[in-house]
Amino acid sequence: MRIALFSTCIVDAMYPRVARATVDILERLGHEVIFPPGQTCCSQMHVNSGYFDDAYPIVKNHVQAFSEWDYDVAVAPSGSCVASLGHQQPMIARHAGDEATAEAAEDVAGRTFELSRLLVDVLGITDAARQLGSYFPHRVTYHASCHGMRLLHLGTRQSDLVRTVEGLELAELPDIDQCCGFGGTFSFKNADTSGAMVADKVANIESTGASLCTGGDVSCLMNIGGALSRKGSDVATLHYAEILASTRENPLEVPASAPVSITEGK
Amino acid sequence: MSVTQLGMPKVFHGSGNIVADEPFPDFARRELKNEQLRANLGFATHTIRSKRASVVGELPDWQELRTAGSEIKQRVMARLPELLEQFEENVTARGGQVHWARDAEEANRIALDLIRAEGAEEIIKIKSMATQETGLNEYLAEHGVGAVETDLAEEIVQMGEDKPSHILVPAIHRNRTEIRDIFLKRMPGVDPGLTDNPPELADASRRHLREKFFRTGVAVSGANFGVADTGTLAVVESEGNGRMCLTLPDTLITFMGIEKLVPTFEDLEVFFQLLPRSSTGERMNPYTSLWSGRTEGDGPQNLHVILLDNGRTAALADEVGRQALHCIRCSACMNVCPVYERAGGHAYGSTYPGPIGAILSPLLTGVEDRSNNSLPYASSLCGACYEACPVKINIPDVLVHLRGKDVDARHGKGEGGRKRRMPDQMDAMMAGAKAAFSNASLLSLAERGLPAGKLAAGRKHRISKLPGVVSGWTQYRDVPEPPAQSFRHWWKKNRQNGTRQRPAGERADVEAMIEANAGLADELHERFAAEAEEQQRAADRAALEAKVEEKEEVQAGVSRELDAGGDGPRDTEAGSTEPERPKPAAEKIARAASEEAGPGSDLSDKGPGRADPEPKGNAPMESEEER
Repeated sequence: MRIALFSTCIVDAMYPRVARATVDILERLGHEVIFPPGQTCCSQMHVNSGYFDDAYPIVKNHVQAFSEWDYDVAVAPSGSCVASLGHQQPMIARHAGDEATAEAAEDVAGRTFELSRLLVDVLGITDAARQLGSYFPHRVTYHASCHGMRLLHLGTRQSDLVRTVEGLELAELPDIDQCCGFGGTFSFKNADTSGAMVADKVANIESTGASLCTGGDVSCLMNIGGALSRKGSDVATLHYAEILASTRENPLEVPASAPVSITEGK
Repeated sequence: MSVTQLGMPKVFHGSGNIVADEPFPDFARRELKNEQLRANLGFATHTIRSKRASVVGELPDWQELRTAGSEIKQRVMARLPELLEQFEENVTARGGQVHWARDAEEANRIALDLIRAEGAEEIIKIKSMATQETGLNEYLAEHGVGAVETDLAEEIVQMGEDKPSHILVPAIHRNRTEIRDIFLKRMPGVDPGLTDNPPELADASRRHLREKFFRTGVAVSGANFGVADTGTLAVVESEGNGRMCLTLPDTLITFMGIEKLVPTFEDLEVFFQLLPRSSTGERMNPYTSLWSGRTEGDGPQNLHVILLDNGRTAALADEVGRQALHCIRCSACMNVCPVYERAGGHAYGSTYPGPIGAILSPLLTGVEDRSNNSLPYASSLCGACYEACPVKINIPDVLVHLRGKDVDARHGKGEGGRKRRMPDQMDAMMAGAKAAFSNASLLSLAERGLPAGKLAAGRKHRISKLPGVVSGWTQYRDVPEPPAQSFRHWWKKNRQNGTRQRPAGERADVEAMIEANAGLADELHERFAAEAEEQQRAADRAALEAKVEEKEEVQAGVSRELDAGGDGPRDTEAGSTEPERPKPAAEKIARAASEEAGPGSDLSDKGPGRADPEPKGNAPMESEEER
């Protein structure tokens, strides 16, 4: 099938390796991936900051970018951005009095899947080692991002897929249902509270003894990773798509900051 | 959306203790430095949270109950004027008297007149959110009338000349050592040998209050519910102090927010299931009092109800925000809120703290009243509050909606718009991002700057200081080194999109694929669930254990300081000089988070306000849920 990749703005600009991993996985399964070139951002930063008027042209842009190309489904390696498409874009269009865009936004949102939901529910992937050749011999902990969990109701899809990767050992993260403190502009508007939240998240991650923390939203991982880095921790963060994309033939190089012990896999 | 359009009636905003005087981030910054507060809150919220989760999990129809609660409240809001009149009619028919108050000042004045008519110089009170909102105690004090709080935690707050920080557990920020200190200083006739043993503290309070109950002729209460078709009022509480106040005095004055109505007596069954499980994590509430008018020779003979608007009709006029009026004051949202857990209740500057306060306060006062416009931003929008809310108030959606109103107002648009001000850094950042995100070519151009960012990251591969409005980010975290090129640019070099359109025959039947894989996610989940959940429980238990230890460490430090300080109270009995000896953490957790905890279970070292009234009593000394 033909799958349109919505890279999301933050992956596009800061974590291109996550989009490449997503392309890699989907192409490995024999699908055609396209990247609608007009795409930019879901508009969530503007919406969540209360800038509804500024969000409107971004919404229109997204809807147009994903309406002018023919594809079977769209996918994004982010729970938060996918949730924003269905949850916020129609609201913003209606706020601007643009019912046509609101309906088009609902249509695009209805065809856009978070990566783990696409893999499991549409493509039937339940064994990453067997079906994707995923191999990642490391001890990893997993942070469940709020919007994937509470807006998209992804359940345990992401962590379950990660568990089926060959060689990987998953360490449960205490207080897994707790927000990491990112919250978009909350992270600097309420820097102290956000900082206290991510400090507790980092402490929980370190308590697992894992050398890597994975998750499904790079914004949260950037927050957690940034706090780990500031603390001088050896724990690194990475998106689960990168883990799924790693194979025996082409294993993912673990970030340099991670300690040597990570090579002790099964 | 605006509520002040031409032809609409004037909107009356609320007043009283529902306005933050200081922006949330500033208040929170100070509170975050209070280690004692952090430790108390961390422990208390974790404990109540797990207790709630376990009793909610027992009910197979919990989601249906939430829906029922939400729908009943929606019906109330749709018919509020009519139901209020029906309520007044029924209260009056049963010998009570109904008074209507537009705002806090008016409600307080009505109450004062009623109290003066009885010639009372002191009144007793049941914990009530509505009277805290109106600032009744302070108002009465100014006019020479004393108000005695009879809820243990409220009493602690009142004696400590402090403010409540949680609507259910108002003294959650205090530990027992601090409470002992307050009692020794402020409680008339207190035993100077009082220790910080919770049952002893509760007993001291009990002896002090018992006398007040018998002597005082006027009581003031709030109301959890008012029933339109019978004129019945309901108070839900845990200590029995409410029952005393509702039955012993001759005059009873009840403050009730106009949103507290339910249409019929039968509707109460839904809320009496939702409320205790959500608030105290109990299956059934210990003391539920219902009264319908006056009964000759039994209980109060003068019954008054003060119906309080104080901005509620303004909230009702807000299409998105009106759901905040569904709130039954259970406090589940604060117990699950990561922001509340760290910053505490005082940082919200209002009678209503936590996620519900962050929407309710600005809705009642108008978003631009003093610092209330900082409240909708006091959230990471994680959604835990919405998930926990027993009446399904979509708090994150309302927060975002109010942010929109705030931005509009600051830009001179919409309701309460201040004079348009000069664009600030945030406006500039948003305008810049809007330009790039509305046009992929511009974004692509901007991304050509990534190598410069990479350069800025230098040899450490990270950026540790950002300027201006985003400097808050690098206060606590680094920014990773940007990549050499964006994904967009990589794609352009390495891949090519196919044709825009395809023949219909090439399209996949996605719906059929989804149909074929139905249930697969559940199967996958089941494969790992047992083991994963067991490990998760162990991990969470370890985290709670750490919270207990942290709290004890901090508390032991405070006690040592107090005991060594000389002016602090000391234990005099040789046999009980070790009140601080920590119990094994595991034992505490087993008791605190016990899934079997019934109404009488001891919450172990529970927060203040949750102490057991009697050493062997079976009514936990919680504060009442509401008012």
